[in-house]
Amino acid sequence: MKNDTTELTATIPKIDPRLKLINAKIKKENYKPDALIEVLHTAQNAYGYLPLTILQHISKELHLPPSRVFSTVSFYHFFSLKSKGEHTCLVCTGTACYVKGAQQILNEIEKHFQLKPGEVTDNNKLGIQVARCIGACGLAPAVVLDNEVQAKVNATEIVSKINAKIGK
Amino acid sequence: MNRKDLQTIIYAEKAKEENNKYKYKIHVCCGAGCISSGSEEVLKKLQEEIKQRELENEIEIVPTGCMGPCNQGPLIKFEPNHTIYQKVDCSNIASIVQNQIIDKKPIEEMLLFANFRTKAFINAQEDPFFKKQLKITLKNCGDINPEKLEDYLVHDGYKALDKVLFEMSSEDVIAEIKHSRMRGRGGAGYPTGLKWETVYKYISNQKYVICNGDEGDPGAFMDRSVLEGNPHRVLEGMLIAGYAVGANKGFAYIRGEYPLAIKRFELAIKQARKMGLLGNNILGSNFSFDIEIRIGAGAFVCGEETALIASIEGKRGTPRPRPPFPAESGLWGKPTLINNVETFAGIAPIINNGGEWYSEIGTPKSAGTKVFALAGKINISGLIEVPMGTSLHEIVYDIGGGIQHDHEFKAAQTGGPSGGCIPAQHIDVKMDYESLINLGSIMGSGGLIIMDNYTEMVDVARFFMEFCMDESCGKCVPCRVGTKMMHDLIKKINDGKGTKIDLERLEELAVYVKETSLCGLGASAPNPLLSTLRYFRNEYEEKIQKA
Repeated sequence: MKNDTTELTATIPKIDPRLKLINAKIKKENYKPDALIEVLHTAQNAYGYLPLTILQHISKELHLPPSRVFSTVSFYHFFSLKSKGEHTCLVCTGTACYVKGAQQILNEIEKHFQLKPGEVTDNNKLGIQVARCIGACGLAPAVVLDNEVQAKVNATEIVSKINAKIGK
Repeated sequence: MNRKDLQTIIYAEKAKEENNKYKYKIHVCCGAGCISSGSEEVLKKLQEEIKQRELENEIEIVPTGCMGPCNQGPLIKFEPNHTIYQKVDCSNIASIVQNQIIDKKPIEEMLLFANFRTKAFINAQEDPFFKKQLKITLKNCGDINPEKLEDYLVHDGYKALDKVLFEMSSEDVIAEIKHSRMRGRGGAGYPTGLKWETVYKYISNQKYVICNGDEGDPGAFMDRSVLEGNPHRVLEGMLIAGYAVGANKGFAYIRGEYPLAIKRFELAIKQARKMGLLGNNILGSNFSFDIEIRIGAGAFVCGEETALIASIEGKRGTPRPRPPFPAESGLWGKPTLINNVETFAGIAPIINNGGEWYSEIGTPKSAGTKVFALAGKINISGLIEVPMGTSLHEIVYDIGGGIQHDHEFKAAQTGGPSGGCIPAQHIDVKMDYESLINLGSIMGSGGLIIMDNYTEMVDVARFFMEFCMDESCGKCVPCRVGTKMMHDLIKKINDGKGTKIDLERLEELAVYVKETSLCGLGASAPNPLLSTLRYFRNEYEEKIQKA
């Protein structure tokens, strides 16, 4: 909680280029409250996650109560309030991947890096996530490593690939 | 651009195609599956190879959408012989080109399905995988470049739109769709023509058309492949729907997990706008229509129509009670037509060939074809399209090439977390809406996961219940609390700590959740549990006895 309040009192630098992107999107959508999700997509693309200060900014610009913005952000899996880490490893746990052993792969990754899904290492190098089907069922079990789909993975192979990414 | 201009363009493109100086065409599958397996590098390498051999004037390379057998990717197809090579990588391109084009001796051990069939077919169309299929929705997927509008135009693209705008009234279009007996492909199977007619009948100054591309079912990727492989077909379907119901604005709601589908659909919209196929007075008619994309933010419940509408309005995607149905009061309170991607993709062929033609395909109650995403413990997984009423046995053994490692078939899961499983004793079931409901499953959107005898059904039930528990939006108590309670009970049994009373409670709860939940997600959440209990009760009992 302590972190949250310090973040709230922090101000956004006025010439942040990422903020410009968000403002441009808000303007393009005519400051309509309906455009909230669209604006959140833009913000998350720009920052990689949704910092609280940015959420406040969006709520002010779209004339929406902060509670509405926060409740929308927390509702959708796609939006994250925390940084996802420099490198991300997303394990698909859809049905086809589950049938082909996605859980064992996830267990192995969890054990090896001492991380649970949704967590990031202390040095912010690696974040682990799970997804409910990325639609690559023909390639099950699938893992997405830094936006690149890895097909038909096995546990040891993927662990070493992650290690290579984070420079171990 | 008006009607005449479009026809001139189509004639010009067709003439170009006929006077084609290319002797061969090489199709490179660039669906998301093959791209993940490295088809973009293959495409690049192939282009280099052709250039190096100075064959650019004889061979045209076409990046296409999904060809079907995704786990055999990357795939490349040589036309006109329909020869497909599987698992192509950059290192063997040179030898493939040499053997196939120069020496005219295909490399048999690299042909599609060479590892399953005793003899692979040089003409892939003769393989049972393709022979048993009937492609209507996916007709041009894998044959045309999805990023080129001209390719679609040559393959009768926007012909149906032209016919509708200048030769048919709204009533005619609706009558034709009703006559086709097409049913919504999103899962529930509501008659499409009837839905259109209801929206048409409401009088309002503003109506909307929504394309539901929030394919949340784990294990389903039909909509993704259609949007990636032939986005213009979906666009055309939406336009025809807009004309029929009297709407001038459409939204395509596509999952955020499908960046390639979003990119290609965006491009299709841009191309269509430029050609005057979207915008004001389309092709010089009185009909105006425009489409916007909305990107889903990862919530399964948004596939439910009222939740999807809330999400387009920028809110939390929670469902609301129906009635009023969206046909009466949908997006921003206006009459709204919502159909699935696959439904829209099936519209143009119905207009072109007539409702009569479509209604004769399939079974009396389920007309037409259905696209399935075949995955799990099966030799050939990928995207298939078969006439309604094709038996599960044909799909698994003829099209899918049987179970991996020659294991035994145990069950097929249809309908995702809202569906159920079909056990081995019912493998001859005809795949249509009614037959599946009789077996306690549903057609659903088309995910078909094959399980072998090593799959534990109690754990499968736990997996789906965990999914529903996570995805419950929390609005109504039966779903929010019920799915959690059921999950805990299944987990307890699965972990070998359950008792007989737990099982009784589970069955009691399932009925409550089913009967009292607000929307389809909650009402169907107990289905996988009930279905596994119906056919594999012994597995539950064994676990309890061991405890």
